[in-house]
Amino acid sequence: MSVLAVESLRVKLPIPGGDVTIVDGVDYDVQPGEVFGIAGESGSGKTISMLALLGLLPEHSTVEGTALFAGKELIGMPRRELRDIAGRDLAMVFQDPFTSLHPMLTVGRQLSEHVRRHLHLDRHAAEERAVELLEDVRIPDPRAALRAYPHHFSGGMRQRIAIAIALACRPKLLIADEPTTALDVTVQAGILRLLDRLRREQDLAVILITHDLGVLSSIADRVSVFYAGRVVESGARGDVLQHPRHPYTRALLDALPHPEAAKERPLVAIGGSPPTPGHIPSGCSFHTRCTHAVDSCRVDVPELRAVSDRRLACPVDPFSA
Amino acid sequence: MSVLELRDVVVDYERRGGGHVRAVAGASLDVERGQIVGLVGESGCGKSTLARAAVGLVPATSGSVVFEGEPVTPMTRRARPAALVRLQLVFQNPYSSLNPRRTAGSQIADGIGLRTNAARTARVHELCELVGLPGVAASRYPHEFSGGQRQRIAIARALAADPAVIVLDEPLASLDASAQAQLANLLAALARDLGLGLLLISHDLAIVRHVADRVSVMYLGKMVETGATLPLWARPAHPYTEALIAAVPRPDGGGVLPESLPGEVPDPARPPTGCRFHPRCPYVFDRCLTEEPPLESLPNGRAAACWLAGIQGFRVI
Repeated sequence: MSVLAVESLRVKLPIPGGDVTIVDGVDYDVQPGEVFGIAGESGSGKTISMLALLGLLPEHSTVEGTALFAGKELIGMPRRELRDIAGRDLAMVFQDPFTSLHPMLTVGRQLSEHVRRHLHLDRHAAEERAVELLEDVRIPDPRAALRAYPHHFSGGMRQRIAIAIALACRPKLLIADEPTTALDVTVQAGILRLLDRLRREQDLAVILITHDLGVLSSIADRVSVFYAGRVVESGARGDVLQHPRHPYTRALLDALPHPEAAKERPLVAIGGSPPTPGHIPSGCSFHTRCTHAVDSCRVDVPELRAVSDRRLACPVDPFSA
Repeated sequence: MSVLELRDVVVDYERRGGGHVRAVAGASLDVERGQIVGLVGESGCGKSTLARAAVGLVPATSGSVVFEGEPVTPMTRRARPAALVRLQLVFQNPYSSLNPRRTAGSQIADGIGLRTNAARTARVHELCELVGLPGVAASRYPHEFSGGQRQRIAIARALAADPAVIVLDEPLASLDASAQAQLANLLAALARDLGLGLLLISHDLAIVRHVADRVSVMYLGKMVETGATLPLWARPAHPYTEALIAAVPRPDGGGVLPESLPGEVPDPARPPTGCRFHPRCPYVFDRCLTEEPPLESLPNGRAAACWLAGIQGFRVI
């Protein structure tokens, strides 16, 4: 059974002079023990679609659609009830380990507060659980770490601590939003290995949001590619990233320097820049930057259809096998 | 002769409450015209400090920085020697390196030496075109541009001074893949077409591999390896270089987890004895604990600071 099943998720944010659509009909589901990757450029709605599930959007935002988490509907759930789920069964790790921890509280306080609130443990049991969690994410000397403040740790260690806090109540689902973007590659590799171990050992489901297709290539089981608030291609990692069929997925991959590619091959940048919310082109939102666009792309909004091994929102399908 | 030469540069920072931290502990580097030199290493290795010392933003405690045959003097309250405007710096964050209250064009024009307004305007348009910005860009304000475009404005502003060398400190970080690709191609074209020397500081090894002609790898304030990009990438001579390359995730959908390098960059105030990398090195042996390996020349213009580098049967390069 899916840990999370999202259907027709639509998010509108209030801006001066009306609402602007950020997420425009997104479907996906996440299975236990699976790393589900969400790729896309900044502004594609990746983060907003997650914040919508957790009720973390600004006031007067509109959220439509359904999101079933462990059999419960998250959308429209009263704030109190949502707060009990978020943080316990459903946890989130953010990009910046420098701002997601409280600078004035010890690591131990931040960890045990969380455990005590959700699991109702006493002080001693909470501390034991905190030590266990820090050991789990491989923080050396966890007992000393409990008494230290976030600024005593490097970026990679802080992100490990943020993950430890997120995992404190044994969540079923961890949403990790660009968890390694601010980190060195050496540290990034450690965090990815940590996530991989947790999903294998604890059957944790992970939604990994990143613009880095290298990261998704190495750890995701399935991948959805977001563009301008919609999913344009989705399927198994190997299918989508080794044989991309949507022109946007292919363009994203061509823009990356491949560690084994010939040096003479220039990087192929995508022309133009991603559309900003409120100024999404008609028809297929990628048509203005697409080298395969035909007349109908300017008019018809392509549907995300099942085609052989994946789902694809491109009727032209120039790279079909 | 190299247009920018750094020799045994040492940079100490004072620590509050006495003592000092040696951020750069004797590093050498050469940049030639038309060449892109990549400087890589983990955060905290001293690469940004070295970049700042290279343009005179921080004073070197010892060692020398020579640009076009003249020593680069640290910035003071007095005017900079005019010759040094040909050595430019582009910062990482294009959101804070541009003045939000002035148009892109007026900021680019700052560096232009021409006298008449008409000539300056013409030159601003030329520069905008050179970095791939639309002609109307000159009259717009920074907030009207995306991150990638802002970085182009910053590069156009550096180009306005007709530089021989531009030092770029993480210019591609914080950009989307596509904007990154556009900018990487632009840098390669500038070096090739204008004969500029570029010192590219980056933690993104894949991009550096793609655009740099030579690479220097820095660890805890010192160079551990330097050489032409492709041979260095194909057969790293230093275990740290090898670890950095193995940690880069391949965007091939292959499902292979990158190798992690255990441990952290040590505190530069208390570097380990012997080889600075020995606590994290998988090939460490007793000599590494006590003796620091010098940066030794290897065949084909390469150099590495490792007792095992170049030893037959171990690390043949």
